[in-house]
Amino acid sequence: MDPARRRSVVDVALQEGVAVSVEGAVARAKVLDRLRLGDAAFRQVTRAAAVGVLLLLSGVIISLVAGSLPAFRTFGFGFLVSERWNPVTDNFGALPAIYGTVLTSAIAMLIAVPVGLMIAFFLTELCPPWLRRPIGIAIELLAGVPSIIYGIWGLFIFAPVLQETLQPFLIKTLGNVPLIAPLFAGPPYGIGMLTAGLILAIMVLPFVTSISRDVFEAVPPVLKEAAYGVGCTTWEVVRYVVLPYARVGVIGGVMLGLGRALGETMAVTFVIGNAHRISASILAPGTTISATIANEFTEAVGDLYTSSLIALGLILFVITFIVLAAARYMLMRIERRIG
Amino acid sequence: MSGKPVTARYTSRRHRNTVARALAFAATALGLGWLALILGSLLWQGFSGLSLRVFTQMTPPPGSSGGLLNPIVGSLILTALAVAIGTPVGILAGTYLAEYGRHDRLSSVVRFINDILLSAPSIVVGLFIYEIMVAPMGHFSGWAGGVALAMLVIPVVVRTTEDMLTLVPNALREAATSIGLPRSLTITRICYRAARAGMVTGVLLAVARISGETAPLLFTSLNNQFWSPNLNAPMASLPVVIFQFALSPYKDWQSLAWTGALIITLAVLALSITARALVPSGKQS
Repeated sequence: MDPARRRSVVDVALQEGVAVSVEGAVARAKVLDRLRLGDAAFRQVTRAAAVGVLLLLSGVIISLVAGSLPAFRTFGFGFLVSERWNPVTDNFGALPAIYGTVLTSAIAMLIAVPVGLMIAFFLTELCPPWLRRPIGIAIELLAGVPSIIYGIWGLFIFAPVLQETLQPFLIKTLGNVPLIAPLFAGPPYGIGMLTAGLILAIMVLPFVTSISRDVFEAVPPVLKEAAYGVGCTTWEVVRYVVLPYARVGVIGGVMLGLGRALGETMAVTFVIGNAHRISASILAPGTTISATIANEFTEAVGDLYTSSLIALGLILFVITFIVLAAARYMLMRIERRIG
Repeated sequence: MSGKPVTARYTSRRHRNTVARALAFAATALGLGWLALILGSLLWQGFSGLSLRVFTQMTPPPGSSGGLLNPIVGSLILTALAVAIGTPVGILAGTYLAEYGRHDRLSSVVRFINDILLSAPSIVVGLFIYEIMVAPMGHFSGWAGGVALAMLVIPVVVRTTEDMLTLVPNALREAATSIGLPRSLTITRICYRAARAGMVTGVLLAVARISGETAPLLFTSLNNQFWSPNLNAPMASLPVVIFQFALSPYKDWQSLAWTGALIITLAVLALSITARALVPSGKQS
């Protein structure tokens, strides 16, 4: 090590000319140098890991786009609006899968949002404090149950029950009401769009609940106390004070749940029936993007078939990306307000 | 003022309040009931098949008896691989977000992208790994399955690491700096230790998340009927075996699927409860 470099490490002992052993100072300089090098290296390694997360996402997008090029080149824009799905003639269209994905998620949100909000209402306003944590954890455990469990449960337990009870009931009652009758036409299969939507509702419920609860809790107590003070009932406080204040956060939570519902694979694959057609009836079997990929990818023969499935994956990714990005944006806004 | 007498309006408000409260109770009961229903039927269906045989024998051909040894071991290997790859990357990236670039542009972008990855559809991850690993290698493999799962581990670990490091009081960092500790040592010797429980929780949550994941494994590690610890070959895993067996027409296979489902659920619930117990209440993100 040359003297100039040694001086660059601040070493008081050398500068002041105090009598110290030179060997000691050199050794110290070496240690300090090593530490400085390690410091810079560690910083760069962590930075590389952070950049790596970005690369992962761009890698996903690039590989999906590259993989779906053959399909889009062959079918063009028609891929998105074609109803055909025929592996024999190599003719593919994404519309039934997109329709199924949107419909099942819509059914799920229609049920999960009100129920989730009511549970959040219960947890924040009605529940005795000692029960709050256990019930909250129990609801969150619903989110921890792996999706394949929902699938096997839905197929063997839930679908047969629906086939015997809810579906015949719907056919008999709503099936005769004009205008909405086509929605409930056809025999009760047990499996189908409605069953998939109901299972998704259970899976999404914990997301909606836990985020709504968090934003409800963040409402300043002064606002609620003021409302109670002028004589509002509990429900009126929640409806006219808590909900408006927490609106952005609740919408964020709902979108987060929606993102989950759109991309959910295994639970849906078990109970959707995997039929590539668009039926007006929500009792009929259908398919979703993720179920199609899960069912057919390993058996897909030929480049065009594989590429069409990857194109489906790309469509799903784009849809969920938009939904999740919107959700994050809204949650970020409310975090800034609370924080 | 519209015609209704004051008392009538008051009664209707009270009624509405009662109905809303009842609905809230009902909704909570529905949520809890559903959890109980799912766990109950899992126990009911899966418990009868639970025996030592399940843990000592291979998956059987249809019509004969067997166990789930190879998928259980396969799942353990894949999970270990995913944690081994995903945890270091996740911790390092989380460290950058919390320690070095807490407020810079790169961090806010990474944070946003990471949150998206956190809830991105796992089947898309499977497609991605298929494209970059399975297709070039020409065959399905345990490696591909492990990497696919690692991609699900990373965002969870990044998020919890960052959250937990942010909770470490700045006074600790300042004290370390004042005695001349370089930044890297401050982080590894002081901050990591202070945030250890939280970071372990993150890894446990990640394990809980991936141990039930099926979609990304379907076309990466595929499945294997036989005992095969070879990471270069297709590898059995519990979720994929459950998927295959449950959809089969054979009764033996279906009951094994239930048993497997019970094992996974118990493992996942145990993991997430342990993870919660590790973090003192109030610190949860």
